Amino acid sequence: MSAVAAPQANGYNFAYLDEQTKRMIRRAILKGIAIPGYQVPFSSREMPMPYGWGTGGVQVTAAIIGPDDVLKVIDQGSDDTTNAVSIRKFFAKTAGVATTTETRDATIIQTRHRIPERQLTEKQTIVFQVPIPEPLRFLEPRETETRKLHALADYGLMHVKLYEDISRHGHIATTYDYPVEVADRYVMNPSPTPKFDNPKMHMSPALQLFGAGREKRIYAVPPFTKVRSLDFEDHPFEVQRFDKPCALCAATNVYLDEVVLDDRGGRMFVCSDSDYCEERRADGHRGELSGEAPGLHAIGGAS
Amino acid sequence: MSALAITAGFADPVIEAQAHFHALMNALARPGSVQPFPAALDAPAPLTRELAAVALTLADHEATLWLDETLAASKAVVDYLRFHTGARLVANPSDAAFALVADVAAMPTLASFAQGTDEYPDRSTTIVIAVETLAAGGDLELIGPGIEDRTRFDLSPRPAGLAVQLAANRAKFPRGVDLVFVGARQVAALPRTTLVSEV
Ligand SMILES: [Zn+2]
Repeated sequence: MSAVAAPQANGYNFAYLDEQTKRMIRRAILKGIAIPGYQVPFSSREMPMPYGWGTGGVQVTAAIIGPDDVLKVIDQGSDDTTNAVSIRKFFAKTAGVATTTETRDATIIQTRHRIPERQLTEKQTIVFQVPIPEPLRFLEPRETETRKLHALADYGLMHVKLYEDISRHGHIATTYDYPVEVADRYVMNPSPTPKFDNPKMHMSPALQLFGAGREKRIYAVPPFTKVRSLDFEDHPFEVQRFDKPCALCAATNVYLDEVVLDDRGGRMFVCSDSDYCEERRADGHRGELSGEAPGLHAIGGAS
Repeated sequence: MSALAITAGFADPVIEAQAHFHALMNALARPGSVQPFPAALDAPAPLTRELAAVALTLADHEATLWLDETLAASKAVVDYLRFHTGARLVANPSDAAFALVADVAAMPTLASFAQGTDEYPDRSTTIVIAVETLAAGGDLELIGPGIEDRTRFDLSPRPAGLAVQLAANRAKFPRGVDLVFVGARQVAALPRTTLVSEV
């Protein structure tokens, strides 16, 4: 009866969170979707993992996941880091859901630092773990003031900061968490993804949800929504470019990590998205070092 | 209060709340798309099973409910919602986190509900309206976030002057209300971002 749920046989409520907490997070998610890029406050809960481990993303995933979902978790593009493995295990244990490392099989992808190279679909939701949701925080520490600036859509400070970059470095130096304007209105932080991934957010067929646990904010970008990286007419936004293709699968136009091969300074550049790289190699694509370094992702990329 | 006198809610509250939330999330993320909404529960008339399913999925003691006159006049409905959600029922639509509307014809204007503030536009009412039919196609053309190019949407019956009211609602963005429509085991939504025109 009523709203009290029987715990799972293993002693957890489904997906760990109690139903009251899920409802609160679900309400915040719906508001986030209705007001794209706006940071909805929510009462973040303690999770059985430290804050640095993406508790905001974990809470969002816990509130949306159902028994038929298939979950993929990536950290720096890899499914194999301690963080990704532990979050995947957490949901396998508390929700009994299927997990995968293959982007195409997932219905929910929780991520820190990357958006998969493979284009997401309308059937998928991507959940970002966000450490610092407020793009204006470093410019204006007072929450009451940043609220006002968002209310007025006054993003002059942000433009000044980016323009100072240009005067100092000749270009905009920000390469991660590069601010975007969503649906012609709110400026938001895309979480610490490389700016290389910003164009993937624009008009993505997938729903994009963002959870910041310590800062207690949830925000969203609905599918097929305009996402514009802030820039200037004389300094248009540009993504990172890589001189060479992936050393293992020869992919171009993907984000590469530098991997140290030996202690004599040998190094190579490989796909940061390990699933994408493996899929390409399985399809027969070969990079110039593909014979020499099988399973290199177990060592880990640049971090 | 005797629980025996009250109609049962979800048979499996955890799993069914997730399924209904999933449908609501998709409906708001893809305006005008009609999503299946199982609503496999009994609700005391004139509360429809779909309105009941939305209330049981989203309302609780932290989220107030406003009921239209038709619903508020039924003791069985009031008891049912109080028992299953624990939500505080408010008399003024501008105090509501969620509003349940069973009688479209008698619905207050969208501007009567909570609009949120410029700093906190999320402090606004989500209005849940029971209708008879929801369909893709039709004479309402929708543009905005969640819609790839443009889409068509139809619902019946409609609140009076819907397109004009929605244009005024859109003009307040980021303030404004979000509309959820429930029909026969279906749900669709028009969040405040959607530009709606009659064609
Ligand atoms: Zn590769």
